[in-house]
Amino acid sequence: MQITVNGTSETIDACTIAEFLAEKGLIGDGVVVEYNYQIVKREKWPIVRLQESDNLEVLSFVGGG
Amino acid sequence: MQGEDLLAIGGMTFTNRLFTGTGKFASKALIPKMLEASGSEMITVALRRVDFASETENILSYIPKGVRLLPNTSGARNEKEAVRIARIAREAGCGNLIKIEVITDMKYLLPDNHATLLATETLAKEGFIVFPYVMPDLPLARQLEDAGAAAVMPLGAPIGTNRGLETRSMIEILIENCRLPIIVDAGIGRPSQAAEAMEMGADAVLVNTAISSAEDPAAMGQAFSMAVAAGRMAYLAKMREESKTAVASSPLTGFLS
Repeated sequence: MQITVNGTSETIDACTIAEFLAEKGLIGDGVVVEYNYQIVKREKWPIVRLQESDNLEVLSFVGGG
Repeated sequence: MQGEDLLAIGGMTFTNRLFTGTGKFASKALIPKMLEASGSEMITVALRRVDFASETENILSYIPKGVRLLPNTSGARNEKEAVRIARIAREAGCGNLIKIEVITDMKYLLPDNHATLLATETLAKEGFIVFPYVMPDLPLARQLEDAGAAAVMPLGAPIGTNRGLETRSMIEILIENCRLPIIVDAGIGRPSQAAEAMEMGADAVLVNTAISSAEDPAAMGQAFSMAVAAGRMAYLAKMREESKTAVASSPLTGFLS
């Protein structure tokens, strides 16, 4: 199925947010997820299943002033 | 007396009046070294999309416990984006501090005061401790106070320019007329400029580029910290006015008459 991740279209297999992040090599520390413009708490990552044409933003803290 | 000179902002207290930033360090490992050398008690971070192509390094792991995190809303072009970034930062477990930075002008990176005020109103109501980064403007500072800001962060000069207190007289007006703490942010390039801001009566100074881009960021952090402490001490000791003519420091009588 197709979803949008950080503004880019991606084809992925059905999975949860937690599985998707693990696939990407992100263990989740310091990572924030916005799912269809709603922030999803870390505890919910293993529960929320990604659906066709979902919008996912995966963010993290970087250096800045 | 110096030991009791605490800075209170939004229910927090600080003994060190130098705030720092995490941007532009050649290596993130320099950040904890700089924090230790400077004694800075609060540091800014930014939030960005993860780049899946490169390894994500969690910058938070380089910031020692006990140093407060001040996430900024850099990248926001309007109040809505600033509010969105602030909520995400809080959700990320970084507490409820937020530095509002709304920038639409990419040449000078000057802040949009109007959008910043709107974002401050919204976020203060949501319980954030709001640090708005603004052009020094007294009517705006009063509106920020009414909106529930915790401090006002006027710029000394455009971000990263190292030009110092180009807005000096406008910042002085804020210092003399605002009840909120005034934290001079942006443009400070040298410790002497930070000291100057503190001598004027600024409550704190935020320095990023001048420290992180120095050849030795830890030593530069310490130099800034000392300058900020010296400037603060001079402010509290109350300096005398300048004079156009000489004021003798020795007796004016002739040596033997």
